[in-house]
Amino acid sequence: MKADFKHIQAAHCENGVTVNLLGQAGVKQITEPLAFGIGSGLFYIYIPLLKINNGPAIAFRTMPGLIFKRTSKALGIPVVRKTFSSKEKARQFLDQQLAEGGVVGCQVGVYFLTYFPKEYRFHFNAHNIIVYGKENDHYLISDPVMETVTSLSDYELERVRFAKGALAPKGQIYFAKKAVTVADEQIRKAVKSGIKRNVRDMLHIPGNIAGVSGIKYTANKIKKWRDNLGLEKSKLYLAQLVRMQEEIGTGGGGFRYIYGAFLQEAYQYFPKDELLEISKMFTKSGDLWRDAAVQSAGIYKGRLSSQEDFNTVSNYLYEIAEIEKQAFTALSKIKW
Amino acid sequence: MKKKEVPQDPSSLKNFTKELCYAVDETGKYTTDLSTGWNVKTSALDVAWKDIEKRIAEAKAKVLNGETSPILYYMELKLMDIAILSAYTGFFKWTINRHLKPLVFNKLSGKKLKLYAETFDITIDKLKNIELV
Repeated sequence: MKADFKHIQAAHCENGVTVNLLGQAGVKQITEPLAFGIGSGLFYIYIPLLKINNGPAIAFRTMPGLIFKRTSKALGIPVVRKTFSSKEKARQFLDQQLAEGGVVGCQVGVYFLTYFPKEYRFHFNAHNIIVYGKENDHYLISDPVMETVTSLSDYELERVRFAKGALAPKGQIYFAKKAVTVADEQIRKAVKSGIKRNVRDMLHIPGNIAGVSGIKYTANKIKKWRDNLGLEKSKLYLAQLVRMQEEIGTGGGGFRYIYGAFLQEAYQYFPKDELLEISKMFTKSGDLWRDAAVQSAGIYKGRLSSQEDFNTVSNYLYEIAEIEKQAFTALSKIKW
Repeated sequence: MKKKEVPQDPSSLKNFTKELCYAVDETGKYTTDLSTGWNVKTSALDVAWKDIEKRIAEAKAKVLNGETSPILYYMELKLMDIAILSAYTGFFKWTINRHLKPLVFNKLSGKKLKLYAETFDITIDKLKNIELV
């Protein structure tokens, strides 16, 4: 069985899956920036003490799974979401959906994902793909970060659906329960609540590790890395920061550009000039994140090594924190 | 980022895909463009891989020196840590730590060895002798 299906490439996997699954449910107006903004995707957190791949645990976006969940909820679209303890039952359920012509989202691990380049295959379990059919024992796969569709054998798909470790997918499968029509008024409401929730996440989470204060917290840390960790380990840490910020899936500048694009699209629903002005602030912030990455690269490539060079990276982050604080404060003051 | 500044550097994505980036056009409107890669992040990925290779080499030396069991070597080779290995094998972390001792490893049952070998995608012979790789 093969559903009527059109592949959509996106910067980020979960945005792409969301756009495509909602499109399947008849909601054609949702673009990647809209899904990201309605799902309040922009975030920042530095989790101290936790290590990922022997480096710092840093994220530029909200928790995996939330963008699809929030966006479909805000648009009033009922969702089916299931996890499995049995591989056999997971496969049966998937096959049954496909046999009925369904198109579904699956959470998978990247390590055993055969069509990814080896250099990108780490034990990262929050990747999302679409399965849209089955032909000759091969599942037809649309991975939103890839330019074209691909396929996986029975065994290959089972392996990635049951990858183990942090955020293990447990065969998670999800899709819109039924087709709906969403009026523009509903999208307006969703855009507004998405922005408000993002203001909360970036400005008002208590503690100093999340949101704008998390960026400042990181800036403080970076200043001390050279002395506390030594030059070699600091290079690893900076490289990890840059990877989380820029690696495939972010759209560039730690998702800040996608958010800028979202605010421009929001303007189509709310013609308020502030939205366009604030969009520019996110472009500026994304540019500064990338300037900080260039400076960091100077350090991890070995061209730069002094404390002053680390301070420069750190100062970029202070500047970014200030701009994002102003941008979200301005968003919080919009009279809708 | 301006659209004309979207980097087009060589990267390991070549022959696999290009990635979608967001950038503004001359009028300031957001649009997307495909990028082949950016050297700043290619070198960040290189740093990560050099560290992995270093860890694998260190683990290998320790195994050959009799300081630890081959499990450490294969764990590093497969980019795992104790937590991930524990999730795949079902062994507790402290159990794996015990299995990292060569004396304990040498007495492991065939069943346990098989579980490790399957997790690492290798034969039991290779699991026991890392030089067979």
